Amino acid sequence: MFEGFDPVNLARFQFAFTVSFHIIFPAFTIGLASYLAVLEGLWLATGKPVYMDTFKYWVKIFAVSFGMGVVSGIVMSYQFGTNWSVFSDKTGPILGPLMGYEVLSAFFLEAGFLGIMLFGQKKVGNKLHFFATVVVAVGTLFSAFWILSVNSWMQTPQGYGINADGQFVPEDWWAIVFNPSFPYRLVHMVLAAYLTTAFVVGGVGAFHLLRNRYNASARTMFSMALWMAVIVAPLQIVAGDFHGVNTLEHQPAKIAAMEGHFETNTDHPMPLTLFGIPNMETGRTDYALDVPYLGSLILTHSLDGVVRGLNEFPRDEWPNSTVVFWTFRVMVAIGFAMLGIGLWSLWKRFRGTLYESSWLQRAMILMSPMGFVAVLCGWVTTEMGRQPFTVYGLLRTAESHSPISAPAVGASLVAFIVVYFLLFGAGTFYILRLMGKAPSPYEEDTPHQPTRTAGITPAPSLEGHRIPDPAE
Amino acid sequence: MDLAVLWAFLIAFAVVAYVILDGFDLGTGILFPFLGRDESRDTAMNSVAPIWDGNETWLILGGGGLFAVFPLAYAIIMPALYAPIIAMLLALIFRGVAFEYRFKTVRGRWMWDVSFFVGSLTAAFCQGIALGALVQGIEVEGRAYAGGWFDWLTPFSLATGVAVVVGYALLGATWLVMKTEGDVHDIARRYAFALAVGTLGAIGGVSLWMPFLQPEFYSRWFASVPQFMTVAWVPVLLVVVAISLFQSLATGKHHRPFLSALALFVLCFVGLGINFYPNIIPPDVTIWQAAAPESSLIFLLVGASVLIPVILIYTGFAYWIFRGKVREGEGYH
Repeated sequence: MFEGFDPVNLARFQFAFTVSFHIIFPAFTIGLASYLAVLEGLWLATGKPVYMDTFKYWVKIFAVSFGMGVVSGIVMSYQFGTNWSVFSDKTGPILGPLMGYEVLSAFFLEAGFLGIMLFGQKKVGNKLHFFATVVVAVGTLFSAFWILSVNSWMQTPQGYGINADGQFVPEDWWAIVFNPSFPYRLVHMVLAAYLTTAFVVGGVGAFHLLRNRYNASARTMFSMALWMAVIVAPLQIVAGDFHGVNTLEHQPAKIAAMEGHFETNTDHPMPLTLFGIPNMETGRTDYALDVPYLGSLILTHSLDGVVRGLNEFPRDEWPNSTVVFWTFRVMVAIGFAMLGIGLWSLWKRFRGTLYESSWLQRAMILMSPMGFVAVLCGWVTTEMGRQPFTVYGLLRTAESHSPISAPAVGASLVAFIVVYFLLFGAGTFYILRLMGKAPSPYEEDTPHQPTRTAGITPAPSLEGHRIPDPAE
Repeated sequence: MDLAVLWAFLIAFAVVAYVILDGFDLGTGILFPFLGRDESRDTAMNSVAPIWDGNETWLILGGGGLFAVFPLAYAIIMPALYAPIIAMLLALIFRGVAFEYRFKTVRGRWMWDVSFFVGSLTAAFCQGIALGALVQGIEVEGRAYAGGWFDWLTPFSLATGVAVVVGYALLGATWLVMKTEGDVHDIARRYAFALAVGTLGAIGGVSLWMPFLQPEFYSRWFASVPQFMTVAWVPVLLVVVAISLFQSLATGKHHRPFLSALALFVLCFVGLGINFYPNIIPPDVTIWQAAAPESSLIFLLVGASVLIPVILIYTGFAYWIFRGKVREGEGYH
């Protein structure tokens, strides 16, 4: 089996598969951890039980997704070595310490306080429990900081030298950590995580509002999520624009591929190709639907700015334009749809009919998984867009892989696919089932519900949480 | 002491921390089907639920740390141990998700019981195989693994695989002795006896086998009488700890069996370290050859010297919060 396959392509596919599955969980838990910290903080500050009920509703879902994030993440820390050992040997002196910092400053922090956050409220009291929740949220952000620094260095390497063994060696750590694309990528990804979570939370709120528009927790979720959409979606579009301009400066071939832009627009403004099929054989975009001036305007912030086309780059350095042209457009479309939902909700809020608007709620349900689609499309764009390099311009993907033959990579790939679909499929099923349950003032105390024997009494902190439901 | 050696100690520390910490929660999983009632399994799982995640983080530090400070070793070991490592990662997924999934279903609970057991057992076995395969030596050419894809599979590595399973089960049994009461406690104490005998037998077997695998190993211990005297404290202490283990199990102690089992593991690692040093991959690659440039070692060391003590403090705090016996049906409510 797999004898005829190229081991590099199999290894690429394996990495793409495991990392794509993995990113879904952090994208959700980064946002959810912050949301939980806000909910618990609001509960402590206002004493309103609805915040604690909503917290307890989401913390169960958080526990399941965090668990999946941890186990799929352990795989990632070994994927570099198993399938990309040459890359590991060469970049280890630079990327290794950054990942070491991620483990030391983020993973341990999250793991150390997660147990207290999930199981310890009665053991440590409210204040310390809140502290644990905040620490977990901060941990997820530290983790994003370091891993995006790692990824960004691979995209825009600087601060390095090359030694006799061909390894990249650090010369200036500040330049390495804060490499040119890092701040943009970090902001873009953290905002993406917040937006993704907001739409999941808002979608679940909408789902339960459609069944009972007086459900207090569902109202809280829906309203908070839409405030996030109003504030974060425009910020994200601005951040994305800055990120694009930064990419044009450092990875012009990627931008050209994303725009299906083959010929440099030396004597005319660059149009924005809304739709089309970039043809890698002929080096032109077929069936292009162009909007004049808009390409130059977006990318150079001037009406006639020149943007280099793919034809200026050697063919063996072309990223796959057909793919990234479309993944980029899907991501952008979702971003604008999110903005639209936010504006729609503002109008409804202004009219005072936010909780009665069933069409807005239906649209929110439709949009609720779209954050994940956008995150995946964004990552496909940036990762395929930097091909054929693992370290941009310096180390080719084809020269990075392990001395492992195709059958080995293929067999492990099949194993990953089967196991991930089985186990993470089951996890998704359980999460959807949790989401299908209406949030209630009797929200269960912990994410675990083992068989309870008689004599277990609710903690004092739970008393008085029940609020009258106007529907009754 | 130079930086490379210091880092070798730190990585070894991370690996030992991983082995003893995840060892007891993997061991709990290995014993899972043999605990009798469903309620007993709930109790066993709840005893590790708040901490398993932190325990497995040491595995990421082991892997990530190796990548950072000994990238050459990481780049050689991972392809060499390809199959057992992939199998271990998949097994860890099977058991890791069970912690949450098991409580989300009634009809499907048996599946996650099986998943937890098989995942724990396979992960332990693969770790043992990986250890054995590393000990028996890895073929290196230039800066890459040069062997075939089943080089890891030998009678010795299978033996170390079984040894690690038995040893983890001992850690799990003594953990349950410490953390539970009633039925589970009594069952675990009975198992602990048998597993202690098995573990000591395995330690003895592997220890006697190793010196004949590679001449270096032999000379580390038996090169001369003075040489032997400098390392003899390891087997001597091992005997003392073994006596403490049996005695505390027989006299109904709750904490000491677990602590003795931990000490047993630490001593085994000291013994392994004596065999290895100064190689990081026997028989050819030394610590210094595999080390990253000095500036990488320093950069991470600055953070590690602050963060590792802080990690130990708050990890200790988390264990302290969840101290004491886990009662049946209680979980952490």
